[in-house]
Amino acid sequence: MLPTPFEFDRASTVAAAVSAVGQEGEGMFYSGGTELLLAMKMRVIHTERLVDIKGIPGLDRIVLNDANELEIGSRCTHVKIAGDSVIREHVPALASLCANVANVRVRSVGTIGGNLCFGEPHADPPTMLGALDARLVLQGPNGTRSVHADDFIRSELETVREADELMIVIVFPRPTGPVTYRRFKHGERPSVNVGMAWSMEAGAHSIKSARVRVGALGSKPQPLKAVEGVLKGLPVHDAHRAIQSVLAAALDELDVNEDRHGSADYKRHLAGVLLLRNAEEAVAMQGRAT
Amino acid sequence: MTNVQLISFSLNGQPVEMEIPGHTLLIDLIRDRIGLKGTKRSCDMEVCGACTMLLDGDPISSCTTLAVDVDGKEITTIEGVTPPNGLSRIQKAFVLHGGLQCGFCTPGFIMAVTALLKTNPHPTDAEIRHYLHGNLCRCTGYTKIFEAVKSLAAEQVSEDAASPAARRRNFRLETS
Repeated sequence: MLPTPFEFDRASTVAAAVSAVGQEGEGMFYSGGTELLLAMKMRVIHTERLVDIKGIPGLDRIVLNDANELEIGSRCTHVKIAGDSVIREHVPALASLCANVANVRVRSVGTIGGNLCFGEPHADPPTMLGALDARLVLQGPNGTRSVHADDFIRSELETVREADELMIVIVFPRPTGPVTYRRFKHGERPSVNVGMAWSMEAGAHSIKSARVRVGALGSKPQPLKAVEGVLKGLPVHDAHRAIQSVLAAALDELDVNEDRHGSADYKRHLAGVLLLRNAEEAVAMQGRAT
Repeated sequence: MTNVQLISFSLNGQPVEMEIPGHTLLIDLIRDRIGLKGTKRSCDMEVCGACTMLLDGDPISSCTTLAVDVDGKEITTIEGVTPPNGLSRIQKAFVLHGGLQCGFCTPGFIMAVTALLKTNPHPTDAEIRHYLHGNLCRCTGYTKIFEAVKSLAAEQVSEDAASPAARRRNFRLETS
């Protein structure tokens, strides 16, 4: 199916893109189009103007900055992140996640910023970025603001981003402990996913703090606070048993949409299985690190 | 018509310049305006891979790519990887191993395999499966497709399917 006609503009700076989208009539930012064009072809999204941001220099940069944070430009494609030497060195789980998003064609052109801005609940990156404590930097007509990954997605296909705010970069602290991600999927989108990141005490025998996010079950990734709480300060080798001790209660608190991919109980069970496997992997990784 | 965009790109090694409405999809440009019908449209939602083309060598879903995005780039379609007489080594391998039944998904598979072998001439079994996971065969002939690709992975490459010589096609561009 064809999208309804629209104007097509190219911007060469963020300011120009923001201004073009903010003009009279409804404009939207455009890069890979892997989500947006689908919705436009189905006529569930209509826009009068697409503003192509692919010509804006700097938005596809990946660096470890002076504050020991990783910065990923919003229009980095999944292929780029998957193959990037900085990401592979410091967050191999994110490289691996990006190497498995959808299919090879989507990964060629689809961007991480576009993925986040679409707010699709069955997506891989939001869950992981929540676990990584990421902040998302948006630039609009009145300057820039940062939104925490946990607060970015408001509901299904809805984010806190204003229409004329362009996501420019994703920033998160360089992980100091194991980062793990697992998903269960039907077709190309995860129906359950779990991301977990541990930061380690000096000496690396105990977990300083843990962040756990479960995604795709509800409208946005959810923290497992009870699991995070029980892992805090714990020796690595006690992690698996400690998680099991609070897991059932923690899973019960998750908001779960039942659908053709399973009942709430089934999906909660899957989330628990994935979480425990993540924990096993994290323990093994930490065993190798010490 | 408003919002007409002038684009120029290389199609299977030949320069093309034309004016198109900004909302034209790449698959419609190639199939309907230029007349190369080898690329197939099936799911129309980037899942099946039947419409796979290469954009600067990378596989894309032409059903969900704007034609304006190929401006200044190089597009390769199934016609561009098929020698004027006969078949490419990838196509021959599909025939030899029975890697096609109804044939509808085949152009997409050939393009995906072309891209795979260009970046990774000797992929492992797992790499082949991972790369081709996004190409669907509704006849479900995956085993034979896999065997065809596996045979190519084991070969020393004697012919580069994407070489300029192999890309030179003698189709006429009907740029109406």
